[in-house]
Amino acid sequence: MDIATLQAYGYFFLTGFLVVVLYAYIYHLYTRRKSNAGIDYEEYSNIALDDDISATPIEKNEKREVQ
Amino acid sequence: MEDRPLEYDYTIAKLFMYSTIVLGIVGMLVGVILAWEMAFPAVNTMLGEGLAEYTNFSRLRPLHTDAVIFGFTLSGIWATWYYVGQRVLKVSMAESPFLMFLGKLHFTLYMVGVVLIVGSLLMGITTSKEYAEFEWPIDIAIVIIWVIWGMGLFGLIGIRREKSLYISIWYYIATFLGIAMLYIFNNLAIPTYFASDGIGAWYHSVSMYSGTNDAIVQWWYGHNAVAFGFTVPIVAMIYYFLPKESGQAVYSYKLSILSFWGLMFVYIWAGGHHLLFSTVPDWMQTMGSVFSIVLILPSWGSAINMLLTMKGEWQQVAESPLIKFMILASTFYLFSTLEGPIQAIKSVNALAHFTDWIVGHVHDGVLGWVAFMIMAALFHMAPRVFKRKIYSKSLMNTQFWIQTLGVILYFTSMWIAGITQGMMWRAHDEFGNLAYSFIDTVTVLHPYYTIRAVGGTLYLVGMFIFAYNMFKTMTSSERVDESELQNATPMGA
Ligand code: HEM
Repeated sequence: MDIATLQAYGYFFLTGFLVVVLYAYIYHLYTRRKSNAGIDYEEYSNIALDDDISATPIEKNEKREVQ
Repeated sequence: MEDRPLEYDYTIAKLFMYSTIVLGIVGMLVGVILAWEMAFPAVNTMLGEGLAEYTNFSRLRPLHTDAVIFGFTLSGIWATWYYVGQRVLKVSMAESPFLMFLGKLHFTLYMVGVVLIVGSLLMGITTSKEYAEFEWPIDIAIVIIWVIWGMGLFGLIGIRREKSLYISIWYYIATFLGIAMLYIFNNLAIPTYFASDGIGAWYHSVSMYSGTNDAIVQWWYGHNAVAFGFTVPIVAMIYYFLPKESGQAVYSYKLSILSFWGLMFVYIWAGGHHLLFSTVPDWMQTMGSVFSIVLILPSWGSAINMLLTMKGEWQQVAESPLIKFMILASTFYLFSTLEGPIQAIKSVNALAHFTDWIVGHVHDGVLGWVAFMIMAALFHMAPRVFKRKIYSKSLMNTQFWIQTLGVILYFTSMWIAGITQGMMWRAHDEFGNLAYSFIDTVTVLHPYYTIRAVGGTLYLVGMFIFAYNMFKTMTSSERVDESELQNATPMGA
């Protein structure tokens, strides 16, 4: 096989692979809420709406002790 | 101090708000001068022959582009970062004296940078690379400023209370990383004085790349400066300010993440569209075109997400000038991210390249999208930062309509001018002789240049109204109560 044919195959399979990754990611975004530890991604929108310094975080940063 | 409840600290945000307004006016004033110069060349010598060196088009043009990009837009990005960053991470700058120090240092060095840049560009010191005109000593200063911002950015993220990073933060981080990478690679240069044992000025340099390679790196940078300066951080703003101002959650948070990765992956490859029909390898040109078309998807992903965020709440657009600014901004984003890909199609580009249509495209994006969004962000921030109502809602409305008219005059005149120009340049008779000489096009374009100058002047008038409204808001507007600041921004009549 010459280099151009190899490139063409490489290109084809890379594109296919990226499409799979993309759809897998979308699937992940949609299903995460159903798993045990999961949180619905849409809840993160509230980070902007509920952003007073005293507001309860959507997910608390455990590494930081409470003030 | 101990028993005072913790509050967000907007000291640094305020400083950058001031510089956004001042540099916005300076940059756009220079733009207006340029526009009048193109319509009436006598303006080039408006201060007399002696000073023509400082007032002519070619000396002022980089001053315009750099003042609006690195002055106005960047200040706006930082003003909003120092505001939004604290709020969505739920941590105050006041909690860390070190971060406060970094913030102040950031602003101070930035001001020094501004002075150096304005001075050197006026003196005609330039590397002649578009949007990368600064000579190496200034480049080094810029890298230092950038690193200080980065330390502040990641420092604040490091002490956050909210573990998950809101989507805007992703976009700010991408702005930081993207520009850092692009800026350094494109500006790699050899200082001639030191490389040659003292020939020429000490500050002079030549690019590390030459010929076609230089062009490739330059437009990889140039186009991604649009990506990481005019798109990514502005999307960061709208994802925070539109939901917050309207009280509506982002229509689809998942879509926002998906468009983020789409944008990151696709944008980097699109720069080749600046070099169609040049000496750059053909495959690279095709790649630039193809990726430009694909770019519609992630761009529209964000733009449509924003418009849908207003679902069921469209009456707010009629009621609030602030929402109007943001909705018009996302609409212009939608349009210019369709217009750009169209211009990147090879056959269209053959007509559009080097014409005023490109300038029209640039400005429907920057005036309609970037500047509108930045001003909307500042309007939203002002009452929270200065604890006063927006001075005047009717002035806001007036500004909105004057500037909208300005943008429309600007881009429609440039569309017509550009396409006319492109058609005239290629028109030929049956033997292949060109039908028109260059001056024929100049004569035909004159009215459109005048219309553009009028449109630009209207936009600048709007900037003055904006500055006045903000000044009154800071100094003498009615005070507001904390409780009034949840969503819709309080405005005086
Ligand atoms: C009052 C508003 C403005 C006016 C009247 C104006 C006018 C102009 C003019 C006359 C040019 C030169 C076009 C040429 O060489 O043919 C220009 C270029 C440019 N302006 Fe503006 N401008 C304004 C605002 C802005 C803003 C707010 C931004 C960005 C935030 C911006 C970004 C640019 C860029 C990137 C270019 C270079 C375009 C290219 O090389 O194709 N302008 N502007």
